[in-house]
Amino acid sequence: MTRQLQLDPISVSVQGARIVYDGAALFDDFDFTLAAGRWTSLLGPSGIGKTTLLRLIAGLADNGAGDAVACDDGRPLAGRVAYMAQQDLLLPWRRAIDNVLLGRDLRGRRGRERADRARALLDQVGLDDKRDALPNQLSSGQRQRVALARTLFEDRPVVLMDEPFSALDALTRMRLQDLAAGLLQGRTVLLVTHDPLEALRLSDTIGVMTGQPATVAAATVPPGVPPRRADDPEVLALQGDLLRRFGAAP
Amino acid sequence: MTALRVLVIAAALIAGWMAIVLIAQPPPYILPGPLAVLAAFADHGGEIARHAVTTAAEILLGMLFGTLFGTASALFMAYCRPARRWLMPVLVISQALPVFALAPLLVLWLGYGMGSKVAMATLIIYFPVTAAFFDGLRRTESGWLDLARIMNGSRLAVLRRVRIPAALPALGSGLRVAAAVAPIGAVVGEWVGSSAGLGYLMLHANARLQIDLMFAALAVLGVLAVALYYAVDAIMNRLTYWQPDTDLLQEGP
Repeated sequence: MTRQLQLDPISVSVQGARIVYDGAALFDDFDFTLAAGRWTSLLGPSGIGKTTLLRLIAGLADNGAGDAVACDDGRPLAGRVAYMAQQDLLLPWRRAIDNVLLGRDLRGRRGRERADRARALLDQVGLDDKRDALPNQLSSGQRQRVALARTLFEDRPVVLMDEPFSALDALTRMRLQDLAAGLLQGRTVLLVTHDPLEALRLSDTIGVMTGQPATVAAATVPPGVPPRRADDPEVLALQGDLLRRFGAAP
Repeated sequence: MTALRVLVIAAALIAGWMAIVLIAQPPPYILPGPLAVLAAFADHGGEIARHAVTTAAEILLGMLFGTLFGTASALFMAYCRPARRWLMPVLVISQALPVFALAPLLVLWLGYGMGSKVAMATLIIYFPVTAAFFDGLRRTESGWLDLARIMNGSRLAVLRRVRIPAALPALGSGLRVAAAVAPIGAVVGEWVGSSAGLGYLMLHANARLQIDLMFAALAVLGVLAVALYYAVDAIMNRLTYWQPDTDLLQEGP
């Protein structure tokens, strides 16, 4: 846990981004900020450009719009981001522990200390007895836990998550949300989701993305420290507000 | 289980053969019976073994070189756009020109020895290996590549840790095809011009109406081909241990 506190949280901002997709502008002069060391969730209907924005920040956009991303410490963001997707993206030929160590192997820096840390992270996500299991021997919840451990192993100040829990059943999802909320504390987190309850439980800030070109409006965040209880009346009331905002039945 | 099945298939073929010989009674220079062939094995055992070793060596060397050139070409094409443009036509030509047509040339250039036969086997498997592996290398799951990019993996590291392992099942398909066709290259080469190998022995025996010996050589060639296929199959299954077996036959109704 002390390792996480050593990180200096950084704030990330997108300024004046413009992305045109199929002739239509998804973003035009678009501004967005991730507060340092806080958890920001981005809600919005499918196809509005949430994932595009996340990929832009991650440096995965191949359209030159990456210049619009800046950090408050003036250094480039590249190399300071960890990424977690809806699919676990585990390599099926690697055991759980080796999947956690993928970043080490890709960067070519070996060492005992790192392997020990990977083991400790698997312990933290509750998979100490599944270290040597191949991904196809794990349940989808367990696989996403390995993915979470792999994300934490990267030890990066900014963590970008694209609907990481949406493929899980309700109970597993809650457990993983709680786990992630605890383990990612102190990092600058962007969670893209279309589950209002998830955003309300986990976030310090919630942005609601609408329109084309897209704009982001802040939504009210319930009081209290994340992860908030799913049956908290304020959380439930705000969930109702958000659902109505998206045009769901009252 | 597989070995047992192969034995059962072999026994059934031999029984059918025996039945035809007993019922139709063809002259032995048209179709010798299994017992005559067995006798040919006994009489010419050493000779057959010697020629079989030559052919097996040609096939194995062909597999080796074809796999090396094929995988190297696929990697080269995957990472170098000009290579893709220039190598692809060569690849297609290597497959479009029948190896039978090239055999006399290769024998002319490389001589009567093993060289021309190895070249032939190499040539015949070069295309399936290259095409299959190249295809595999190009179809790496994009999410894995995104992840590797965010992890600051170098191109070489991504190739080694992600792309190549992910392409192994595709390479396996190519190698299985290669194992099945490599003997063709070697034997055709031997037919066109050689002084050793099972193909040579068959041609020679045929000319002298030793049809029983010809059948014996053919049987050994069959055993070699089947053994090669199953060996390659076993190796590739081991290398892709992680691949789920989603056999159609194992699905419920």
